[in-house]
This record gives sequence, structure tokens and C-alpha cells, in this order.
Amino acid sequence: MTGFIFENAWLIPAMPLIAILLIAVLARGENRGLAGMIGSAAIGVAFLMTCWLGVSYLRLADQGAAAVTWSIEWLRYQDHLVVSLGTLIDPISLLLLVVVTSVSLLVHVYSLGYMAGDEGFSRYYVFLSLFTFSMLGLVLAPNLVQMYVFWELVGVSSFLLIGFYYTLPEAIAASKKAFIVTRFADLFFLAGILVLGFYVHQLVVAGGSAASVVGAATTQTQALDFATINADSVLLALKGQTGIFGTDLLTVAMLLVFVGAAGKSAMFPLHVWLPDAMAGPTPVSALIHAATMVVAGVYLVARMFPGFAASEDALRVVAAVGSFTCLFAAVIACTQTDIKRVLAFSTLSQIGYMMLALGVASAEHPAGFGASMFHLYTHAFFKALLFLGAGSVIHAVGSNEVTEMGGLRKKMPWTHATFLTATLAIAGVPPLAGFFSKDEILGAAWDGHHALIFGVGVFVASLTAFYMFRLYILTFLGGCRSAEAERAHESPPVMTIPLVVLGVMSLCGGWIGVSHFVLPGVELHAHLAVMGISVAAAAVGIGAAFWMYGGQTNRAETIARSLGGVYRLVKHKFYIDEIYLFLTHMIFRFIAAPAAWFDRHVVDGAMNLSAAVVHRFAAGMNVFQTGQVQTYGIWMINGTILVMVFLWLVQR
Amino acid sequence: MSWLSLLILIPLATALGVVVTPESKWYARRWIALWGTGIVLALSFVMSATYMQAVQQRAGDASLLTVSKMEFEHAVPWFSSMGIEYHVGVDGISMAMIVLTAIIIFTGVLASWDVKERSREFFAFLLVLVTGVFGVFISVDLFLFFVFYEVAVLPMYLLIGVWGTGRKEYSAMKLTLMLMVGSAFVLVGLLALYHAAGAATFDLNKLAMVDYSADLQSWVFPCVFVGFGVLGALFPFHTWSPDGHASAPTAVSMLHAGVLMKLGGYGVLRVAVYLMPEGAKQWALFFLVLTTINIVYGAYAAIKQTDLKYFTAYSSVSHCGFVLFGLCSLNLMGFKGAVIQMFSHGIMTGLFFGLIGMVYGRSKTRDLTKMGGLSRRMPWLATSFYIGGLASLGLPGLSGFVAESTVFLGGFFGNRWVDSSTMRVCTLLATSSIVVTAVYVLRGLARVFQGKISNPQFNQLDDATVAEKLCTGILVATLAIVGMYPPVLIDLIEHAIVPIVNRF
Repeated sequence: MTGFIFENAWLIPAMPLIAILLIAVLARGENRGLAGMIGSAAIGVAFLMTCWLGVSYLRLADQGAAAVTWSIEWLRYQDHLVVSLGTLIDPISLLLLVVVTSVSLLVHVYSLGYMAGDEGFSRYYVFLSLFTFSMLGLVLAPNLVQMYVFWELVGVSSFLLIGFYYTLPEAIAASKKAFIVTRFADLFFLAGILVLGFYVHQLVVAGGSAASVVGAATTQTQALDFATINADSVLLALKGQTGIFGTDLLTVAMLLVFVGAAGKSAMFPLHVWLPDAMAGPTPVSALIHAATMVVAGVYLVARMFPGFAASEDALRVVAAVGSFTCLFAAVIACTQTDIKRVLAFSTLSQIGYMMLALGVASAEHPAGFGASMFHLYTHAFFKALLFLGAGSVIHAVGSNEVTEMGGLRKKMPWTHATFLTATLAIAGVPPLAGFFSKDEILGAAWDGHHALIFGVGVFVASLTAFYMFRLYILTFLGGCRSAEAERAHESPPVMTIPLVVLGVMSLCGGWIGVSHFVLPGVELHAHLAVMGISVAAAAVGIGAAFWMYGGQTNRAETIARSLGGVYRLVKHKFYIDEIYLFLTHMIFRFIAAPAAWFDRHVVDGAMNLSAAVVHRFAAGMNVFQTGQVQTYGIWMINGTILVMVFLWLVQR
Repeated sequence: MSWLSLLILIPLATALGVVVTPESKWYARRWIALWGTGIVLALSFVMSATYMQAVQQRAGDASLLTVSKMEFEHAVPWFSSMGIEYHVGVDGISMAMIVLTAIIIFTGVLASWDVKERSREFFAFLLVLVTGVFGVFISVDLFLFFVFYEVAVLPMYLLIGVWGTGRKEYSAMKLTLMLMVGSAFVLVGLLALYHAAGAATFDLNKLAMVDYSADLQSWVFPCVFVGFGVLGALFPFHTWSPDGHASAPTAVSMLHAGVLMKLGGYGVLRVAVYLMPEGAKQWALFFLVLTTINIVYGAYAAIKQTDLKYFTAYSSVSHCGFVLFGLCSLNLMGFKGAVIQMFSHGIMTGLFFGLIGMVYGRSKTRDLTKMGGLSRRMPWLATSFYIGGLASLGLPGLSGFVAESTVFLGGFFGNRWVDSSTMRVCTLLATSSIVVTAVYVLRGLARVFQGKISNPQFNQLDDATVAEKLCTGILVATLAIVGMYPPVLIDLIEHAIVPIVNRF
């Protein structure tokens, strides 16, 4: 890979970084309006450069080629553990670059309208640019440490943006929750890095000797590079070894990494932060909590896919967690009334789909891998559109509750049309984007003979169509249920144009053969039967939604009432938040508080006690300190005699 | 006359300048102090650059050394009958510590810009204290080292006792006594080594060439480790630190937590680990467990604190644990991470205590439960506090991550003398503190800066002054530079660490 843009791919993440500096210097006080322009322009340039990079890549003879096109030494731990910052260009990083820069650009533009007049306008764009920079760095990472570095940075920018309205208690609480839950998961990721670092390093060092497992390891071979970790010989050698407690080392390492991925991608049971994260500004939810950052976990698993595939158990866990989250979140989504929360649970469910797809792939049958990346790509567009559309509605109505909406179809025609497009896309109606990617996922599960997973996939497809149409009907159809909804009007063009662009992508995005791009040379075939099943599932879901919510009936309430406790359980999200709250409370009460008490009373008490003992002893010694020279003289003479006697005895 | 002597002469001369300034011109004192420390800061940068050149010229041989190679060496006999010399010299580790000290004292003077009460004595003692600290870092002769060490510890008593707040007499007394007991242990250890080496020299590198018996090392090593460990907040000898920091005035807290506590880690590395590898192998496991407790226990204790200074002090106990933990790993990454952590934590905690002083000066309270919404009134201080907080929870891009990740890898890689499973369990426990740290840092910051303004009087408060902006700006920039481009620090220290590792 040669050419200006390959060797200077670092320019892409550098753009938002430059924007941060420019905004900090130029867009202060009265000039804060400039911040949006600077931020959008910078990300626009980054987008154009990504297109240039993409076109140059497509012209290469060798499709599917992967190379680190630029790198500098960053953190030198020791030999073979030298971390570089670099840019890894391969099909999946390129795919993510396109998704991140394009959605980010649209969100930047949209925010010009959505955040206009906000007191923290500059701060908002600084955080947004910081996020984009970090996400691009993550996507391009050629080694595990760079991945972790930017992984944490996207986490902190997400934290800053969720807590953007810093006077609102729920925003503060949500931002802390998001950071701490993902940090907890990152702890496992870090442990995974330590494990892989140690054992792969051992192999690389041994590679210098005759009994080499890593063919031709040079001083340039770094243990934490993806190229090293993903090498067949390394994986084979790792697979044979046993780690702590006699477990399979490779599986342990991969599962540790997967916990990190599950935290960031909000997989069950680490999903609790994502619905609360909706306290941030809506465009942020679209960019970070729907299209880009939350799929970083999927990206990480894809990046380390050879390792997961080599350890079949780890991959099984990915499939299980993915399918469960997919189902679990979709069920909850059916009962929520906050428009953003419905979308948040829908995001969980769709990411579950992506994980599930990775889980059913294998080295021999990688179709699921391609399908997962394909779904990541289409989902980014339609889910960003749904969030931005929701933002447009919230902007107009001033509430998140669908119970205060209704009848917005005529009042907000552009928002309505684009929202409907995205709803159809996510429901899997042909020929929209979601149909193709979802179909590939189901096809991969079918081909892999994963009957249960396939069943879950089809059922969730139906549920998805149901809850999305429920949301659509409650928001846009029927009569207005509040005075604000009566007065609602369409958002300005700066907000609707991004909606239209995303609408076009949601409509046509599926016609591009992403799977072929990601998996060049792999035979992929369509399944007519699976297509039929998935379309039927969608139709059932849509029909059910119209039957329950379409007319002026109380069928929905009747069903909810007849379900009783089950409904309440789902409505309260299975009380998982409450369980966590209880556990945190226990930690505070039984670990932190005793630690603080112990320190003040036992450890410090012991110090003070010894001081008191010395003090007493000194007070006792005062007897000798009479201040009379005669007394001192007597003691001195006595002492000298004693010493002399002692010496005399020793001499003998 | 060596360049290094300037590092102790300039602060002393500045102290003298402060003393002779007449009372009517009290405001001139801070300018004198600022100029004096500014020159030292510039000097420390020039010397680091010169040191780097010297290292590059002899690149390659360092990997074979087992004795630390000193630069800018200079020796004058002092008590020749006992082999005591005024012998100074630096390697990369001491160079990094000198830069750290220079940054902290410069910003400390800026943070003390408004000290009016007995400013003559205040600045004079501060400068004498820093003279002692520089003295420790440039000493090659261990007797000289010990003398400077005492010079550094003593002014602290007066600075806290006179200019402090709260239970200042109690805290000052406690701190001084505990540190004195620590130095007694160190002195015993030094004398034992001196005698074992033939009672002819206190020269560090000459002592390093002596082969001490394993028996001797097995009791001298823990003696020296604990002695210095008291200063480095080793569990359970850390309790002077919360009280001492809470009572000390701003600049003293900065210097104390930022630099003085680093003398502990520095002493352990320079004297205990360097001179007594056999002792280190025998005792590594024991101290590894203690430092793991330090890290985890300090972090949990910090969660429950409501006074900002106690909060930061416990966080320091936890973070200083990483320094000693790294040293117990007995490998390249462990030592390297420990030194980086010394530097990183010094800057970070200096920033914290400086900021706490600034916020306290305005809100007149350090009680977390009474604060709230301050970021609206003081965005600069809030932003700096957040950056410091993120550094302390190990966010990549700031120096804390560089240090902690190196320490974790060092611990996980382990060594041949300690059971690897135990090492790993300890490392993972230590690693788990990153979550606890995130909890207390985010809670604390949210309490102080976010939410609604809790007290109507806070509406009158102003943001940082120019001196305060300069002070916090320098510290934040240092955190960011080391975090974004770690080679600036790693290149400086690596060559000095290799000879120590080679002894194992």
C-alpha cells in the first residue's frame, strides 16, 4: 500500500484534534458560534480524506490487504513490548472509518441547529471532536494497547457528553454510571492485555531460538500487535497451554477481552449504563450511543476474531451473550414509553445481533463475520437516523414521553418520512438496508446449524418490527395527546438535511456488498427460504403493532393487564438496576466504610498508642532528669565504673 | 564546583534574599522566590538535555553495566578519616526527580502568591526545605544523602505547625515523629552497610561493589525499606500522611505529597534495592503484599472521605503504593513504572493540593457535603481539577496511564524469586483499584463542581487569578506532555534503570 493518503492516514484523526485546539483558541465567549463551524469543517475534511483512502484502497490489486501504513514509537515497556501509535488499514478499519466520519459529520451539522443558543455550545463541540478523534484512533489501532488507549478516551468523551447538562442530577448520575460500569469491564480487558502480553511475549522471545513457534521473530516483532496475536502459529501455541486453575489459556484471555467488549457494547449484564446514557443531548446518543462507540465491542471481537475462532469456547460465549442480549433488550423495548429509551433498548438488541453473527462464524465459514460487519454498517445509518429523528421530535414537543406525542405526521413531514424509512429499515422490510444485513445474519446462523440461535434471531426480528412500529404509531399517527404536540412544527433545514441523507443511506445502504468487501474471495450465497421467513416475521410484528396500537382501542392495556406481574417485571427492566444498586450499596457499607474506620481507629490508633507508651516511658525517665549537677556526676562516675568492670571482665 | 551544587546554592541564596528583604517590601519576597525557583527550573531542563546527550554518546554500554553511571560528578573530601565526602552526581532517575522538584517548587511559589502572614519565614523555610530535597537527589555519598534528608524533613514541622490549619500542632508532631523513627531505621541500615564494607566509604557506587552476605542483607534490607517506606506511605505506617496533609498550608502539601513522599520510593530504589539485591529477593513477596494492601485499601478508604484534603491524601496512599509495588516486582518494567509513577504522581498530587488550596481559599470549606455547582463560577479550576482527576484514574493520554500500565505489566511478568501465581493475584488486585479510583474521583468531582450551586454565597466567587492559572497550567501541561508522548520521560530514566536491573 503506497500513496500519500496511506502513509499519512494519521491525518484523518488529526483533523478533529486540530478542531479542538482551534475551538479552544478562537471560539470563546461571543464567538462561540464559530465552534460548530470549525468542528463540522474539520470532520468534513476527515470524511473527504476517508473517501480518498477508500477509493485508493479499492484500486489496489490485492483486495483484503492489511498493512500498518504509518507508525511512531510511543510507549516502550521492554523489548518486544514496544507500543507504537499507528494506522492499520484493512477492510474492517476502512469500513468503520467510513461509518464514523460520515455519521459524525452529519451529527456535527445537525447539532448546529439542535444545540443552537446553548450556553455550552463550544464545550459541546470540543467534546464531540474529542470523541471523534478518539473513535478514529480506536478504529485505526494496530495493537492492543493503542486500542485500549483510545477505548478509554472514547469512554471519557462519552462520560463528558452524557454529563453535558451538568446541573441535572440524572445526567450527573448517568455519566458516572456509564463510566464506572464500562471501567469495570475495562478492568477485565486490561487483565486480558496482561495475560496476552505475557504469554505472547514469551513465545516471541522463544522465537529467536531454534525451537521457534513464531517463524522468524525479529526485534521488530511486538507481542501486543494484532498481527502477532492473530498469527496462526501464536494461536496454536497458546491453545495448547494451560493458564490459571488449569483452564485453557487462550479461552481465558479471549474471555477477558470479551468482557471489555461487552462493557463497551452494553451486552447483558453490563448493559445498565446505556439506557441511562440517554440523559445526554440527543445527537450525542445518535453518534456515540447508537452508531459508533457502542459497536466498538463488536469491532474488538472482529479485530481479534482469529483468537476467538481458535478458542471455540470463547466464540460460543460470544454467541450466547449476543443472542441473549438481543432477545432480552427487545422484550424490554416493547414496554418502554420514553422514545429514547425504546431506541436505546433497540440498540442493545441490534448489537446483540452483531455479536451473535460473530458467534456463529468460524474460520471455515466466515459468513457470519461479514454479516456482522454488514449489520454494523447499516445499523449505524438507520439507528443514527432514528435518534436524530427522535431528537427532532423532542425538540418540537419538549418531552421524551410518547404519551405526550401523537399525530406529528402532518406537522413534521420530513421528520416523519425519514423516521418511517428508518423504521422500515430496522424492521427488515425489503429492499431497505436492514433487510439485507439481518438476512445475512440469519442465513449464517442457518448455515452453521445453530437452530436455537436462528430461532431467537427470527423471533427478535419479529419483536423488532413490533416495538418499532409501536413507537412509530404512538409518535406520529393518531391524534395529538398534548398541547405541545399540537403546536409542534418542523425543525430547520440544518437538522432535516442530515435526516434526508441518512434516509437515503437507510434506503440504499444495503445494496452495497459490504460482506464481499470484508471477506474478499469467500463464496457467499443468498437463502430464499431464510428471506421468506424473515419477511414473514417482520410482517407479523408490524401487523401486531397496528392491531394493538393502530386504532382507538385499549387492546394494549388489556394485554398488559392480563400479563400482570410479567409485564411489570419487563417494564422495570427485570429490576437489574435495583440489583446493581443494592450491590454497590453493600460494597460501600461493608468494604469502604470499614476501611476508613479501620484506618482512623485501628492503624492510626496503634500509632497513637505507641506514641502514648513512649510518652509514659519518657515521663518515667524524668526521675533521672533532676537538673542537679551532683546527681549527674554520680551517675556518670557509676556508669564509668560499670563500663570499666565490664571491659575488665571481657578482657579476662 | 559542579553544576549540581548550583541546585542547592540557588535555593539557599534565594532563601537568604527573602530573609534580608525588609518587612515594608513583603511583596518583593514572592518575586525573589519566583525568580530563584524559576532559574532552578530552567537549570533542571538544561541539565536534563545535557544528560541526555551524554547518555546518547555512550549508548550501548549501559546495557552491560551493573553500577549506576553518574554524570556531572564532583567530589570533595569532608570527613576524610571516616571516608565521608561531599560527592554529588546524577543519573536519569535523580534527573527526573530534580525536574519534578523544580516544577513543584516553582508552581508552589505561585500557589503561595498571597501568603502575607510572616511571609519572610514562610518562603525561607520553603526554600530551605527544597534545598534539602535537591540535596538528597544529587548525593552520591550516603552520609551526605542522609544529612540532606534530615534537612528536608525538619522545616516541615515548622511549616505545618505555624502556617497550618486545624489540628496543626498534633499533625506536625505526628508527622515529624513518624518520619524520624523512619530515619532512625534508615540510619541503622546505612551504618550496617558502611561497616560491612570496611568502614572506609559512604560512596554509593563503592558500596555497590561490595558483596554483602545474605544474612546481613536479610535484616538490613527490611530495615531500610521500612525506614524509607514510612515516608513513601507504606501500609501501616502511612497514617501521618492524611493528618499531615490536611493541616499543611497549600505549598507545603504540594511539596510534601509531590516531592517528599517520593524520597521514600527513591531511597528504597537507590539504597535498598540497588545495594541489596539478595535482601530484595528474600523480602519482595512480603513487601509486595503490603503494597498491594496500600493500593487497594487506600482507594477504598478514599471513597468515604468528606474532607477534600483527606480524600486526596488517601488517594495518595493508594497511588504511592504503585511506586513501592513496582519496586517489589524486581524487573525492568516494575522499576521503570515505579519511577514514572513517582514523577507522575508528584505532578498530579501537586496539582490536587494546589487546586484544593485555591478552592478552599474561595469557598472557605473543604467539606464535600457542603460544596456543589462550583464549575459554573470557576471553570478554569474545575477543568484543571477534572484533568487531574482523570490522570489519577489512569486515563490514557495523561501520565498516570503510562506509569500504571508499566507497573501492572511489571507485576504480571514477575520474577524468578517470587511465586508467579502470587505475583499475578497481587497484580490483579492492584489493577482492580482502577475501578475504585474511578468511583471516588468521579463522586468527589461531581460533588464539588457539578449540580446546582449549593450555597448562595458561592455565587460571588471568582475563577483563578493569573498566578493560579500559570500554576495549574504548568502542572496540567506536564501531565499531558508525559501522557501523550511518554518517550520524553522514558528516554531520560531508562538508561539509569538498566544497571539496577542487571544486578538481579
